[in-house]
Amino acid sequence: MGEITTLHYLVVAAALFAIGTVGVLTRRNVVIVLMSIELILNAVNLNLVAFSRLYGLHGQVFSIFVITDAAAEAAVGLGILIAFFRNKETVNADEIDLLKF
Amino acid sequence: MEPVATPFFFYGLAGLAIVSALLVITLKNPVHSAISLIFTLLSLAGLYLMLYAPFVAGVQIILYVGGIMVLFLFVIMLVNVERAGREERYSRQWPAGLLASAVLGALFVFVYVKGSSIFPVRMLRLPETMPDTSNTQEIGLLLYRDYMLPFEIASLLLLVAIVGAVVMAKKRI
Repeated sequence: MGEITTLHYLVVAAALFAIGTVGVLTRRNVVIVLMSIELILNAVNLNLVAFSRLYGLHGQVFSIFVITDAAAEAAVGLGILIAFFRNKETVNADEIDLLKF
Repeated sequence: MEPVATPFFFYGLAGLAIVSALLVITLKNPVHSAISLIFTLLSLAGLYLMLYAPFVAGVQIILYVGGIMVLFLFVIMLVNVERAGREERYSRQWPAGLLASAVLGALFVFVYVKGSSIFPVRMLRLPETMPDTSNTQEIGLLLYRDYMLPFEIASLLLLVAIVGAVVMAKKRI
């Protein structure tokens, strides 16, 4: 099976990132879109931690900051979603068109 | 000391992460998507452990699986799930989205095939002796010494996020 190098981790992270973008761009349910954003952030985290194995611990510190951002983003995004669901009774991204002409 | 069966665990965890990530974006029921996202996060925590980042792995499990995913499940319960099961899963512009993602994936493949010499592909060597300080101690020193200002800014960001979430989710302020 060979040895596991940094490139293996980078490929896994790239696959997760691509899957996350597919979810953001194609799903209608906003909850699933937010989950796909979490997938993207986790792919970035995997890259940071994989490189921290080579270049010292700064990558791990940055991944902790990214996790903090993910928590803040999830809280605010889900708050927006609840406020929107109260107004329009839907969680579909293509029915959120209040600002559209 | 050499780690035992590293490729076995790596391919197992990576396969689990990617398969459950695919399930997140394809399953109909949002609750099932959330549960497969939990599996992705747990296998990523395992990968962090394999990269000798135990603190980040612990934070990943406690914060993501214990905090953020519970928040997601709560919101899924608050908005109605029954309607979501009967509706179309993908938006009308899904071919354009899939095309854009395919272009992005092709870019990744191109970069990793063409420019793999740019990335350090040398083996991940274990330290010969046990270091004096643990991983958590070193991260703490970095966080409170070198990254003091970003740390404080992150706390401010969390405060703003708390206030924003409460303001938006509250019916009448």
